[in-house]
Amino acid sequence: MESLMIILVGILVAIATYLILSRSVFRVIMGTAILSHAVHLLLLTVGGLKKGDVPIIGQADEAFTDALPQALILTAIVISFAVTAFLLVLAYRMYLTNGTDDFSQLGGKSDE
Amino acid sequence: MLPFIAAALIPFIYRRFKNIHLGWFVLVVPAVLFTLLASYIPRIANGETFVKTYEWIPTFGINITTYLDGLSMIFSLLITGVGSLVILYSIFYLSTKESLHHFYCYLLLFMGAMLGVVLSDNLMVLYVFWELTSVSSFLLIAFWHHRKASRAGARKAMIITVSGGVAMLAGFLMLYVASGTFSIREIIANLEVVQASALFVPAMLLVLLGAFTKSAQFPFHIWLPDAMEAPTPVSAYLHSATMVKAGIYLVARTTPIFGGHEVWFWTVSGVGILTLFWGSFNAVKQFDLKALLAYSTISQLGLIMSLFGLGSAALHLGYASDTVIYTQATFAALFHLINHSTFKGALFMMVGIVDHEVGTRDIRRLGGLMALMPFTFTIAVIGSFSMAGLPPFNGFLSKEMFFAATVNIMQLNIFSLDNFGLIFPVVAWIASIFTFVYCAIIVMRTFFGKIQPDRLEKPPHEAPIGMLISPYILITFVVGIFIFPNVLGHYILQPAMASIYPMFPSSEELTPHIAAWHGYINTELWMTFGVIVFGILLYRTLKKWRPMYQIFPQKYTFNAIYERIIGSGESYSSRITNRYMNGHLSYYFIYIYVFFIAVLAGYALYADVLSWDPSKDSAIEPYELILVFVMVFAAGAILFAKQRITVVLLNGVLGYSVAFFFVLFRAPDLALTQLVVESITTALFLLAFKYLPKIQPEKVSNSIKITKAMISIAVGATVTLIGLAVMNYDKFEPISAYFEDAYNLAGGKNIVNTILGDFRAFDTMLEVVVLFIAGLGVYTLIKLKAKKGDTDVESK
Repeated sequence: MESLMIILVGILVAIATYLILSRSVFRVIMGTAILSHAVHLLLLTVGGLKKGDVPIIGQADEAFTDALPQALILTAIVISFAVTAFLLVLAYRMYLTNGTDDFSQLGGKSDE
Repeated sequence: MLPFIAAALIPFIYRRFKNIHLGWFVLVVPAVLFTLLASYIPRIANGETFVKTYEWIPTFGINITTYLDGLSMIFSLLITGVGSLVILYSIFYLSTKESLHHFYCYLLLFMGAMLGVVLSDNLMVLYVFWELTSVSSFLLIAFWHHRKASRAGARKAMIITVSGGVAMLAGFLMLYVASGTFSIREIIANLEVVQASALFVPAMLLVLLGAFTKSAQFPFHIWLPDAMEAPTPVSAYLHSATMVKAGIYLVARTTPIFGGHEVWFWTVSGVGILTLFWGSFNAVKQFDLKALLAYSTISQLGLIMSLFGLGSAALHLGYASDTVIYTQATFAALFHLINHSTFKGALFMMVGIVDHEVGTRDIRRLGGLMALMPFTFTIAVIGSFSMAGLPPFNGFLSKEMFFAATVNIMQLNIFSLDNFGLIFPVVAWIASIFTFVYCAIIVMRTFFGKIQPDRLEKPPHEAPIGMLISPYILITFVVGIFIFPNVLGHYILQPAMASIYPMFPSSEELTPHIAAWHGYINTELWMTFGVIVFGILLYRTLKKWRPMYQIFPQKYTFNAIYERIIGSGESYSSRITNRYMNGHLSYYFIYIYVFFIAVLAGYALYADVLSWDPSKDSAIEPYELILVFVMVFAAGAILFAKQRITVVLLNGVLGYSVAFFFVLFRAPDLALTQLVVESITTALFLLAFKYLPKIQPEKVSNSIKITKAMISIAVGATVTLIGLAVMNYDKFEPISAYFEDAYNLAGGKNIVNTILGDFRAFDTMLEVVVLFIAGLGVYTLIKLKAKKGDTDVESK
């Protein structure tokens, strides 16, 4: 299962990269969202999958799944959510100010 | 150290005593130092040396060690002596309208730095003072900073001397690596170790590069003529007597280390003799008196440098009674060093007087000043004749010794001198003829001929007596050294010889040559006769052969080459920067990704760490397989989606699938959070949906699409391969067993929550801060109105 998950992560990363390399702001934000999904899955996978039960004491006496990656991912989810929300509003604002969402038209001044 | 303290005090004195010329206060400093140093002369002459150490950075072996021996004695006497005279001269040269506090502050700074260079025993401290002389010289050249030429000259001098200085620093560091000490005396004491090191020759060449740039040797001489934009006292002090001799000092000081080597011999004497010729050859073509003197300084420095090179041959041979003859060259170098400081200082002051009283330095506008300025004329005659090497002045003695040294060196059969040795006397002789010609130009064009009052800016008249004092003291030395050369030889030169040849047992034998200065008719004397005859001949026919200088195209002068190097350096770097910094975000992403792939995948392949071993994997269950296919399909569909709503919904599908994975992989808290967050994100996307433009199909060529696809696939493959390799890696036991005791440690049953809220609560706190900042940012971005003047789509 781990190998399959990692291959899935690789596919997601490739798609996210392709989106990030595009010229539209909207696609770039989508790319970052997919990239964060991929990273969360990767974190979970390298921690080991299905090695035990849900990490809540009292339900079972056998081994638990590793709780530390879960805590890390939880933190990462919240942070990437904050960043995505901010980026989205930034894109909205950028479109209002510049009238375009095409990065290739945001070259700055040529004499800079 | 005294000059630095005095330099710090200058602004206060300047403000307190407005009506007294600041120079009088400054004059005290070098005068006191000179007397102090002079009191050491007898003890130095007896072979004593003085060492004092102050700790600075003892952990790195960098201490301020002052070391006073014969060699540093000569230089520090020159620095303080000529320094006093120059300050005295500048009191009358500069009017009180100039910003004198700056001038004297820089000058004292320079003097202190220069004394630091010659008295330091520690290489690092020497380097510090060395750069300080570059900086203060930069400030002094650009003293009249409202002039463009001053600024350009200062910049050029700075670039060239500092590049040389950095090379020298590298050389010093190599010496340190080779010897394990920064102290020059200790390096000399452990000479065998240093000479056996592979860094010996590189260190030598780098140190020489520093010395050559500082002393304006070929082809680094180009900064010196441009530095003539400085006030004349500065030119007289820095660019004839002191700073340009710092390189000479370095060569003399390191001769005991490097001296016996063939590379050293040929580089030092070869570059020196080339500079001698090139400087004297170019001096003839100048029209500006100061530029002429600048080239003559270059040529005389080349002379001294080549003599030090020739003298180093004696170190190769080792001490024997018949090799002492080759040390004569070094003796001549030290002797000419002093002589040059005296007559060149006087000549610069003379030019300054002419400039000051007449208003021009152009020899085409000067002439016939002899009757009007008789005292200045005397200085010019004595200085020039001494420079040309005529009796009865000290230049005659040193030039004779120079010829003798070049003739002697022919008899050597080391360093393939038996084949090339003839170069030295011939080139030296030709260069001396040119020297004679430009000396004649100085005297004849300035003081003889017809006066041209309509072309002068001021009515010519004699200079005030105060201005004449300093050059007169200097020319007294010019004549005095000729008459009593042995006083100088015994008290000053002999201990300096001992510092250059520390391995030679007796210094008495090294110095007797000067006693035999008169009463012989030999090769050297005939050479001098030849110089005079040919010199007069060439001067007479100057008009006929001067057009020869036009043959060399302007494009190939060293100045033009320097300008082109600097100019093309600027244009190339800006072109390169503009090429890769093109302002397009996707290009920068490509750089980053390509670098990422190259480094990670490249290293992984290089180190052969990629491996895949699925045997330890857990079993794949069918609903997991379905989920994987859903995700792959959804993600792939995003690439081809035509409408925004499809993209947003497909992203939602991805998010919920991730949540399902969290469920399958026993992570309930994650699943909960992921579901909520994904819902909110999708809602946000839909909210922004209305305001964002429609997706335009990417209008890019297929080749760009293929490039992008290739990069994406490479990135994905890199992540996959490394992920697989990591899974197969022999890991340590996870530390989570500790957290599984959460109920006893933290009183909670949900292990993930206890980690977040108890064990690693610091992360959580900062994560809350991130959320808070993002909220603030969103609020500001929406509420903040565009500033006036900015284009705003809404208002249009």
